[in-house]
Amino acid sequence: MQKLLLWIDRFSTWVGQAFSWLIIALTLLVSFEVVSRRLFDSPNAFTFDAMIMLYGTLFMMAGAYTLSKNGHVRGDVLYGFFKPRVQAGLDLALYLIFFIPGVIALVWAGYHFAAESWAIGERSSITADGPPIYHFKTVIPIAGALILLQGLVEIVRCVVCLKQGAWPSRQQDVEEVDVGKLKEMVHVKDEDIQKLDALVAAQERGGAK
Amino acid sequence: MNKGVWFGLTLMALVVAATILLLPPFAQMTGGHLGLLMLALIVVAIMLGFPTAFTLMGMGMMFAWFAYDFDTTKTLDLMVQRTYGVMANDVLISIPLFVFMGYLVERANLIEKLFKSLHLATARVPGSLAVATIITCAIFATATGIVGAVVTLMGLLALPAMLRAGYNVRLATGAITAGGCLGILIPPSVMLIVYGATAGVSVVQLYAGAFFPGIMLAFLYLGYVIVLAKLKPAHAPSLPAEERQVPLPGAAQALSPDGTRNALSGFAAALSGNIAGSSPRAALANLLVASLPFMTVAAILGATWHLATAPAAQYSTEGLVEMGGAMGTTDSRPPPDVGGLQEPPSDAGGLQEPPTNPGGTVVPPTNTGGTVVPPRSSSTSAGEGATAAAQQRTPTPGWFWWIMAGCGAALALFYALLDLTRLQIFKLLLGSFFPLAVLILAVLGAIIFGWATPTEAAAIGALGGFLLALAYRFHAKWQALGAGSANRFGAAAAGAGREVGPILKESSFLTAKTSAMVCWLFVGSSIFSAAFALLGGQDLIEKWVLSLDLSPLQFMVLSQVIIFLLGWPLEWTEIIVIFMPIFIPLLPHFQIDPLFFGLLVALNLQTAFLSPPVAMAAFYLKGVSPPHVTLNQIFLGMLPFMLIQVIAVVLLYTFPAIGMWLPQTLYR
Repeated sequence: MQKLLLWIDRFSTWVGQAFSWLIIALTLLVSFEVVSRRLFDSPNAFTFDAMIMLYGTLFMMAGAYTLSKNGHVRGDVLYGFFKPRVQAGLDLALYLIFFIPGVIALVWAGYHFAAESWAIGERSSITADGPPIYHFKTVIPIAGALILLQGLVEIVRCVVCLKQGAWPSRQQDVEEVDVGKLKEMVHVKDEDIQKLDALVAAQERGGAK
Repeated sequence: MNKGVWFGLTLMALVVAATILLLPPFAQMTGGHLGLLMLALIVVAIMLGFPTAFTLMGMGMMFAWFAYDFDTTKTLDLMVQRTYGVMANDVLISIPLFVFMGYLVERANLIEKLFKSLHLATARVPGSLAVATIITCAIFATATGIVGAVVTLMGLLALPAMLRAGYNVRLATGAITAGGCLGILIPPSVMLIVYGATAGVSVVQLYAGAFFPGIMLAFLYLGYVIVLAKLKPAHAPSLPAEERQVPLPGAAQALSPDGTRNALSGFAAALSGNIAGSSPRAALANLLVASLPFMTVAAILGATWHLATAPAAQYSTEGLVEMGGAMGTTDSRPPPDVGGLQEPPSDAGGLQEPPTNPGGTVVPPTNTGGTVVPPRSSSTSAGEGATAAAQQRTPTPGWFWWIMAGCGAALALFYALLDLTRLQIFKLLLGSFFPLAVLILAVLGAIIFGWATPTEAAAIGALGGFLLALAYRFHAKWQALGAGSANRFGAAAAGAGREVGPILKESSFLTAKTSAMVCWLFVGSSIFSAAFALLGGQDLIEKWVLSLDLSPLQFMVLSQVIIFLLGWPLEWTEIIVIFMPIFIPLLPHFQIDPLFFGLLVALNLQTAFLSPPVAMAAFYLKGVSPPHVTLNQIFLGMLPFMLIQVIAVVLLYTFPAIGMWLPQTLYR
């Protein structure tokens, strides 16, 4: 069981990271279109559909990855002040009340949505000769299923935390604000910060006089 | 239980109490009341700290199911249609691209250089370190848009510098946190895209509108810091002389050890070769650098003249093609090429003017290839050239001469004051400040003037950010290798290439996570707001607000106060995606332009980052500051800057032209 969950965690991460390379494709595609249209005066009709698909697939498929790294925005007024057990209890309840029904509905609806699209061989109506979009619509149930799986892992995490009183650790990943890396980038060491402390303390004393 | 918990619980209790008081007994409840209940529940649920996107999705689904009288098929259709709507949204598509650009620029690792060169450049201004901090923050935050990274980096760089110089802790922390948040207002910012997508306002117009308010806010901060430093020198002592010393390279030192000699005359003398220790080659290089401002101004003037006097029929198409081209070329060049931005590739004079016309060089440097034109002497002949060529074109408008005279005077003053020290500072800025500024202005200019859609500009910007990262890594390796090493170029290029791989990888992963965060929130909120509208909550609120019989001013003040208060417990993403759909439909009743409202909201939401207890900026700074700098001190330091933000909102409301002038001039 434990192994399966770890595997799901890694799988979500792997899928999310694999799809995150699409941003480079998107950048290059749009840049290519700009150059081709502005400089060579030869626009390509497929670009608009293609970039929408790249963008939509990118963020949908990264949803589970973001969830596995606790990256979805949370209201942090109270949450941060709670003890881990309280946090886990709240999360568990809300996963069961909101997350599970909502995402199951999304997968279910997305499945039928995509199935209909496949059945009629739907094509994009943005340009006259639009590319097929049924595979793009298929992204909804797939991304939903991934998120659902990852949600189950998160639920287990809550249960573990309830039992042990501390959050089980997450896999390492790039962070937006990685203080250690940033320190290295601007060549600041912890000792430097410690040295500064004396200055601040001195200023406080000066202010008290 | 600490204060934070009590604060949160009190807020929650207030919401619950208000809901119970306002709602009628269960038997008399209509759909609209259910909508209000839903709104209250969502605020409570968000405060409990569950990922907002899924709270919105789950709750939206349940209430939509109620609204459809428990019709499951309709509910599911609504959900999937709304989701697909977000996936195929052609406004939101620029979010991952701008985010990607931000991460790449952040990893270019130029903030250290940027801060140092700005610190030297502003050394004579009162409160110079705080001034340099705010400018660095504004530029860097605008290009990256990542508040956390900017505040952390500045906390590592600027805070030690300021504390060592004896700055007041509160002033220092306030400047860093307030400056770091400027990036969410000054375009290109993700917040404005999110607002545009929610409110159905053109992102282009929002960008045009937010530009001057953003600049104004930055200048208000600067003004506050300078005035404070003047009034209370003890809070921001001026720098000791050795800190202000600009290290001069050998060539310049040979000319004048103290660096006060005029740069132009100095290097002109060195060029003739009668000064020991200074080679003509170095002098030539320095003169070239010194002539960059002249070339830029000349190129801008040339382009302006070209556009202003072009025959009307050609005007529109030509301008578009040329400028689009200029965008492409600018970003593929190495970033320090400042002149490249404004020069149309079909270069200025040569195109329409007879080649025999000697005065036709409005833009002398671009036509002359390698040879250096002595900068000031040709500005007089440029005028004659313009008149000569204007015979085949529409006459040159009068304002052009005024602008030209103004630019000429400014340039003359600049060159008269440009001594060797200042030239050195200028060179430092050229390596740090200008590439970023050009990148931002190119992206922004292309959007505002309609040469590219926000998506296209964002993609080009991301490419530019990548080249910037590549160039800076290459430069770092180049410097590290030293002059003597064999195959220096190849080794530096290989080194930079090795570093760029991880940069791209990390930036892509982070982009995916951030885009997923914002866009899944959008999926949730669009399901939620559909349910809210279905239940009639919108109608109820509309009726209620209209029954209050507010004047537009009262409504405006009320809405801004509500948004300001919401900024305390919630984050800007949540405020915009959940509450804007409620406010926007009310605007036409009060004849308020959604564009103008958006600018006010954007300015207002800056406070969401600075107001405790969710002030992210403060926590990021606390994370890297010495232990004796307490959170309370940081909060106190942010307070004056929050007040300035409120003043800025009032100013913008009183003088709407600050924001509306540019979009109204360009698009109406």
